[in-house]
Amino acid sequence: MTTRQQPLKDPYNIIITGVGGQGNVMASRVLSNMLVEKGLTVTIGETFGASQRGGSVMSHIRVSERGTWSPQIPRGQVDVVVTLEPIEAVRVLARYGNPSVRVLTNTRPIYPAGVIAGEADYPDLPTIKETLDKLAARTWFIDATDRAMAMGNPILGNIMMIGALSALDELPLDRDVFAAVLGRTLPEEKLDDNIRAFDLGVEMVNEAS
Amino acid sequence: MSYLTDSSEGTSRLVMGNEAIVRGALEAGVNVASGYPGTPSSEIVESFSNVASERNLYVEWSVNEKVALEVAAAASFAELRALCAMKQNGVNVASDFLLHLVGSGTRGGLVLVSCDDPGALSSVNEGESRYFARIMEMPLLEPGDFQEAKDMTRWAFDLSEELKQIVMLRSVTRMSHASGTVTFGSLPKPGGTARFKFDGFILDPDEGMIISAPVDWKHQQQQEKVKKAREIFETSRFNTYEGPERPELLLITSSACTLYSREALKVLGVEDRVGLLKLGTTWPLPPKLLSKHLASTDKVMIVEEVLPFLEENVKILAAERAAEIGIKTFYGKNDGLIPMAGELNPDLVIEALNSVLGLNYSAVSGEYEQSAQLSAFVGAPFRDQIFCPGCPHRASFFSIHNAIELDGRKGFVCGDIGCYSMAIRPTGFESLKTLHAMGSGAGVASGFGKLGQFGMDQPVLAVCGDSTFYHAVIPALVNAVHNRSNITLVVLDNSGTAMTGFQPHPGLDHNVLNEEVPAVDIAKICEAVGARVEIRDPFNLEETRRTINELMDDPRGVKVLILRQACALSPQRKHERKFTMSVDEELCLGEECGCGRFCTRIFRCPGLIWNKEKGKACIDDAICVGCGVCADICPQKAIKREEVA
Repeated sequence: MTTRQQPLKDPYNIIITGVGGQGNVMASRVLSNMLVEKGLTVTIGETFGASQRGGSVMSHIRVSERGTWSPQIPRGQVDVVVTLEPIEAVRVLARYGNPSVRVLTNTRPIYPAGVIAGEADYPDLPTIKETLDKLAARTWFIDATDRAMAMGNPILGNIMMIGALSALDELPLDRDVFAAVLGRTLPEEKLDDNIRAFDLGVEMVNEAS
Repeated sequence: MSYLTDSSEGTSRLVMGNEAIVRGALEAGVNVASGYPGTPSSEIVESFSNVASERNLYVEWSVNEKVALEVAAAASFAELRALCAMKQNGVNVASDFLLHLVGSGTRGGLVLVSCDDPGALSSVNEGESRYFARIMEMPLLEPGDFQEAKDMTRWAFDLSEELKQIVMLRSVTRMSHASGTVTFGSLPKPGGTARFKFDGFILDPDEGMIISAPVDWKHQQQQEKVKKAREIFETSRFNTYEGPERPELLLITSSACTLYSREALKVLGVEDRVGLLKLGTTWPLPPKLLSKHLASTDKVMIVEEVLPFLEENVKILAAERAAEIGIKTFYGKNDGLIPMAGELNPDLVIEALNSVLGLNYSAVSGEYEQSAQLSAFVGAPFRDQIFCPGCPHRASFFSIHNAIELDGRKGFVCGDIGCYSMAIRPTGFESLKTLHAMGSGAGVASGFGKLGQFGMDQPVLAVCGDSTFYHAVIPALVNAVHNRSNITLVVLDNSGTAMTGFQPHPGLDHNVLNEEVPAVDIAKICEAVGARVEIRDPFNLEETRRTINELMDDPRGVKVLILRQACALSPQRKHERKFTMSVDEELCLGEECGCGRFCTRIFRCPGLIWNKEKGKACIDDAICVGCGVCADICPQKAIKREEVA
């Protein structure tokens, strides 16, 4: 249980980024509904016309006690980046990054078509880590997709990332509010898997900290 | 029960802009909703369909936007309330009917919702629908946040009934597809009685015929309605001002740009220097309200997407009132301060304010920004949009491309709008050579197919999707047959309106309300108009390729090839895995093969990747959906498919 009632700052700006088809929109909805459940005002901006078509996708989430904010975060103003695919974090920081940003990265790459075709290089994980460490105040690298595949469903990786975000304790997020929000739409047998995934995310951040 | 029908007044919910519009309409007691799918508008009709039985609504996905508006208008003529939703270019399709509709006037409240897409985030144009309000002489509303999206929609029905005119509500992607907290109002009891009255005096708006003639008289009536709207808008609660009484600069804005502008002023800390006039009623402009604010300062900046619609209208008003309000200096699109192409964001407004106010704000140090940008340039390779793993379009275009290459006469494909528009990119082997409106592939091909008399001997192909076929291809097909144009039309039939989220279309045996309906057969239509028709499974690469070559060689007019395979994300295929795929590392010769990494270099399925360490192809199990097609492209037969038991 978190004791936190307010976000660390106001507005608190989150970017969830990844590749079309990874469940970016689902992750941003779940997270936002958890924050609304805690009595906060949330504005989400997202682009999902191309969401299933392998392009880079981003959700901007503005968390506030003071009302609605722009659905696009201004340059250099993101507080935490949750990235479902490692290089997408690097792409996001080019525009929205700042020296105090925190970055939570799923380590599983999805190769762009140009990389698959041999026209471009995909950096190895140590290089990506080095880049993100240089640009961010803190970083966490989590094998969410791999752990989720071991649980039988790669999409659970997104839930681990939400669990991981809650463990930073910068927002009033915890397992109870997660279960409350998901419990409204999911049947019980699916809920169990999701709560396990959430807990795993929390554990992985605690281990990495 | 959908939360959109939560009847407790005063609850606050996180809803998408499109859902806020739906809730507003439900609060207004809407009876009929229609539309044609198009991002970012599609969730509107979808959300209505989810509550249709509960709220006694009639909801339909119409064959195209013109028919959708006609369907909604009929409800209005029968004294019901109706809403019609579409994306920006849909308004072009509906515009011919719209021109006559604004002439005839309406009865029950009728609201046209256009969701524009500044920046073309999911479009192949960034058309402006706002100008239609001016040329059609009808009122235009633009919500400035999510609460307004709901409240304004609710009010739009009252306004429409007061004026006896259709009202246009314009949203944008960052409103329709963004979400925010909205406090709900009360819901009326479901109801509505339909009765079309036509026996009264011919010019009686309530009981006469509903016609746009006599044009002279009707047009004057229409303009009286615009004047009345202008009066009403003078005191609308959707036009608000925040800032000092005599601002150094007046910023006039509307729609999502309101949120960008407000944030820009906060970031710069200039809320005490700059006044923010947010307009919700953007056509016709309320002159007294505008004059009052224009008189308060010498400098005016206008922030809007995309073209200078508001800017032009404010300038006309300022010129007319110059004697009273004084001469102004304007900042906006015409002086190049704010871009006239692409979408806006808080940063572009900050930049413009930096320049006008002589500020020097930057969000982060130049050093950090440079380092972050360089890192992305070097470390984040470009991610092109691609067909999904298992997408039938990849297979279809693979065969189309190979057939054209084998044919050797420089054949080409004319395209239109759908997921398959991406065939302009390497993911579709750059097969499309023209790309325009819905149905334009067939229409343009019909024209190309008649250029033989000028020496053109290139084979002409066109592609369209199944939903597009019904929307706008049928007239082009009839045209091509009747005029003996020599073309091959490939219908990429993936069993639904895939790009926008599987909305049903006339080819399916169920509608948006999940009722059983007669399916209109594409093959039978094509045969009936006199085209030669073939049907293939695009996953059978060789047979598809051979058929295309044969059709290209057939000189007798219009040939239609229907490539039938459901979208990989469709409900029937989404969780299906037909094959388990693997690469036999003994058989794969890697870089030594001589195929030049054909499988990954050309086919570009994200589920089939290159293992750098091993120097061989491999399957990414997290991504592959097991369609099995790639097994047929490897010259070494190293890619194996095994049927899932």
